[in-house]
Amino acid sequence: MALLEIRNLNAGIAGKHILKGINLSINAGEVHAIMGPNGSGKSTLSQVLAGRKTFNVISGEVVYNGKNLLELEPEERAHEGVFLAFQYPVEIPGVNNTYFLKAAYNEIRKHRGEPELDAMDFLALVKEKMKLLHLEQDLMNRPLNEGFSGGEKKRNEIFQMAVLDPKLAILDETDSGLDIDALRDVADGVNKLRRPDNAALVITHYQRLLNYVIPDFVHVLLNGCIVKSGGKELALELEEKGYDWLACQPCV
Amino acid sequence: MTTTTPSSKPSPADELKAHLAAFDAFEKDGARRFPAWVNELRRAGISRFAALGFPTPRHEDWKYTNVAPIAQVPFKPAVNPSPVALTAADVARFAFAGLGGSRLVFVNGHFAPELSAISKSSGGVKLGSLAAAMSSDGDIVRQHLGRYASATDHAFRALNAAFFADGAFIFVPKGVAVEEPVHLLFVAGAGEDGTAAHPRNLIVAEAGSQLKVVESYVSAGGAASFTNAVTEIAVGEGANVEHCKLQDEGLNAFHVATIQSSLARDSRFTSHSISCGARIARHDINTVMTGEGVECVLNGLYIASGSQLVDHHMVVDHAQPRCASHEFFHGILGGKSRGVFNGKIFVRPGAQQTDAKQTNRNLLLTDEATVDTKPQLEIFADDVRCTHGATVGRLDEDAIFYLRSRGIPHSAARRMLTQAFASNILARIGIEPVRRHLDEFLQNRLDAEIRAVEG
Repeated sequence: MALLEIRNLNAGIAGKHILKGINLSINAGEVHAIMGPNGSGKSTLSQVLAGRKTFNVISGEVVYNGKNLLELEPEERAHEGVFLAFQYPVEIPGVNNTYFLKAAYNEIRKHRGEPELDAMDFLALVKEKMKLLHLEQDLMNRPLNEGFSGGEKKRNEIFQMAVLDPKLAILDETDSGLDIDALRDVADGVNKLRRPDNAALVITHYQRLLNYVIPDFVHVLLNGCIVKSGGKELALELEEKGYDWLACQPCV
Repeated sequence: MTTTTPSSKPSPADELKAHLAAFDAFEKDGARRFPAWVNELRRAGISRFAALGFPTPRHEDWKYTNVAPIAQVPFKPAVNPSPVALTAADVARFAFAGLGGSRLVFVNGHFAPELSAISKSSGGVKLGSLAAAMSSDGDIVRQHLGRYASATDHAFRALNAAFFADGAFIFVPKGVAVEEPVHLLFVAGAGEDGTAAHPRNLIVAEAGSQLKVVESYVSAGGAASFTNAVTEIAVGEGANVEHCKLQDEGLNAFHVATIQSSLARDSRFTSHSISCGARIARHDINTVMTGEGVECVLNGLYIASGSQLVDHHMVVDHAQPRCASHEFFHGILGGKSRGVFNGKIFVRPGAQQTDAKQTNRNLLLTDEATVDTKPQLEIFADDVRCTHGATVGRLDEDAIFYLRSRGIPHSAARRMLTQAFASNILARIGIEPVRRHLDEFLQNRLDAEIRAVEG
């Protein structure tokens, strides 16, 4: 059984129909990339999967790990192992980065019936994962994302992902606004977290990130539906030809 | 206590009568123990009060704060110390864990030596009750008392001038640094209903001195009470004073207070006003820069619920050039509570290179809570930087979603964000045990607010 199964998903926002029948199946151990131009519905898809209520699901279903994902609250999805790396991580002044992450981590453990980690053990875990992402200690003591540079925010997203260890990671335009060093670090982090028992959905406009995070499958999203799917070479083809040549394709 | 029905509402003249009669009685009897110059201040105070009367919402400065509930009760001024029914154990819960130094306790505005602990002071530092200082240090007191906080335009300050009998007196001589923060604890509501306390505090920090002071106002019981406090702070050249006030009186209490500071050249003054108690709380925090190069930071956090009203009226008077003033005020309002913030900034002619900044942010937890916030800038110089900003809003839905997407439940996310909003102000408090205490104490208070909102 697939880890994530999206069937004929239609969704929109404020009366606007954006996703028009998405079908997608992701197995554990796979990395899928969704590519598409601006306005194709990439971010809508990621927000719907994470449970953002401002987007409404019109029809279709999403089965995740045997559960009806669309029935779950955002925090329940996180407890079940869904993680969204935000395109625009929210700055939250006054909430300490480490404090926040420890609270999130322990909520997930609580859900799994595991004892909460105390401050010392959590710190050890954090130290280990920080090395992975080349994060500065100082970042951990600062308020969550407040005043972080674009690169720091994205690194912090992947760092959170490393700590929370999700089964399904959705990376929404994680490559946007990154310089080459940050891009490498972020990709490196994602690659190190790849395991046979988890999966990633990488959403991107450009092929650039896919030079570092090699996908098993590439899907092209245009006007709210997937018009073409293929292997990693499809990304290169898109880089070369753009998206226009696919404009007349029917949904798959 | 009984509430007045509209038909028996006293007229403005009736409202004054009880206070004027109380003053006559005070003059005939108790006031004799004070020096003649003090009683002159009193007479000036009562005549100003008689002329002004209690303010009504028709007065610009009281537009959103109707003090009729205070005016309509003939609160009896506690002009004489009453036998203290409180024990050290009763007041121990109002202490800040880990805060060393002296603690002066005042019950209904009167110094209670048996509840206080004053560390041995050195270097000529004077610390004690104002009542005692009016005779023992009459020259210093006379030089400063009533010099900063004007009674002419403010009925409550006039009333305080008429009736004050005691309060704290702190004097730090030139160049002396007081290491441990001084805690002034004002206990109300311990006795009968209808008692008014008019504490008067005088803090003089001479040139180059350093001082940290905490004023906390609490209720020991549920009696209806009225606290009408005035604190005058004279900060000398190059001196550094941090002042932190906590107002956490009971819901049967009314609290009106002025903190008036006068800041000399190159001095630094930091003020924190944390207000979460009382049915009506009105804080006038006024600052005048009397010399160049002053740095003044005024922080505030107000939390209200139910039908509480909390009002901060700020006046920052840039009377001299090259001074900086930064105001940061956050409000968290639940229930049907109301918040008021009025931030007046004067930049006087010639006060060039003034850097004045004012921020007031308000978080409304319910649809019924309201806030009126108003900046008032009066600028008479051209080379200045003045910024102000005010926001009123709900918790940020993007932030809530972000936290939830990481596994933090909805209510915990709301608590975390509300707490963070408060922490932004509390984190500025430089007196660590007080900051820690307030962080924890307000966290519990806010948790209760959030639970109430969620039903």
